[in-house]
Amino acid sequence: MALSPDDRALLAALEAGLPLVPRPFAALGERLGLAEHAVLVRLAALRAAGVINRAGLIVRHRELGYRANAMVVLDVPDAELEAAGRRLAREPAVSLCYARPRRPPLWPYNLFFMVHGPERLATLRAVHAVLMRAGLESVPRAVLFSRRRFVQRAARYAPADAGPVEAAA
Amino acid sequence: MRSGHLDPIDRAIVAALQRGVPTVERPFAELAASLETTEEAVVARLARLIDAGVVGRFAPMLDAEKLGGAVTLCAVAVPADRLEEVAARLAALPEVAHNYERAHRFNMWFVLAVERPEQLATAIARIEAETGLAVLDLPKLEEYRLELVLPV
Repeated sequence: MALSPDDRALLAALEAGLPLVPRPFAALGERLGLAEHAVLVRLAALRAAGVINRAGLIVRHRELGYRANAMVVLDVPDAELEAAGRRLAREPAVSLCYARPRRPPLWPYNLFFMVHGPERLATLRAVHAVLMRAGLESVPRAVLFSRRRFVQRAARYAPADAGPVEAAA
Repeated sequence: MRSGHLDPIDRAIVAALQRGVPTVERPFAELAASLETTEEAVVARLARLIDAGVVGRFAPMLDAEKLGGAVTLCAVAVPADRLEEVAARLAALPEVAHNYERAHRFNMWFVLAVERPEQLATAIARIEAETGLAVLDLPKLEEYRLELVLPV
């Protein structure tokens, strides 16, 4: 999708954070010289086009008590990959679920999902419960818990004049 | 402020707004009504939660590919005594958006995000040259779920 200069200015302004007032889109428009209605129309269009995936609060997992973050990787037969992904996506405990390529012989796994929990043991139990319900308990897997977070910042793939934005990999 | 210090109204606000802010003239009105409070009280609490670092700012999450860019997930097996050094090298690169140490032989996992798809290969080659370590490039082939909603 080609972004207009107004779209870029809007995304850059939003990146700094939604104004914390009862009518934030009016405040945003005032800053940009756009009417509130124009801001709402452009945002709806960007969302409908899929340019904006989500526009919610960015939650800090650790600060909210979620200290364990498990990336679960599975080696699912190719013919079953799509169905397995769809089953995992229905699980409330699963926050992200993607198919990715295997890189044999170093990396045999093709299905990834994330589970967040208060600590490792409870998170591991949640992972096992998800795998059982999805019928994936006997598929080869690894569970990679996070240790340290080195960088968590906004990605900068957007055009330079639109400023940094959050990315979903 | 730890999560234990959030009162039930704070928790309800965080839970509701993780799912997104409605793009309407008064996006906090419905939430305020359901909590029997005012929009001003909701935004004041939000400002406090953001100041306390419990939640980040409101920001849109954009689809890199729809904007003409590209994103991938990368993994590297880093010798234990080089973790800090390699993390520092990655932190210096503008293409690196997230970097986690994880408990596995492939112990460093980071996201690369670039403005144009051809820049991914360049960034990976540069990381391999600077660190002497092989990078596993694991781009998303299919997305089954993208939701970061946590119960609070």
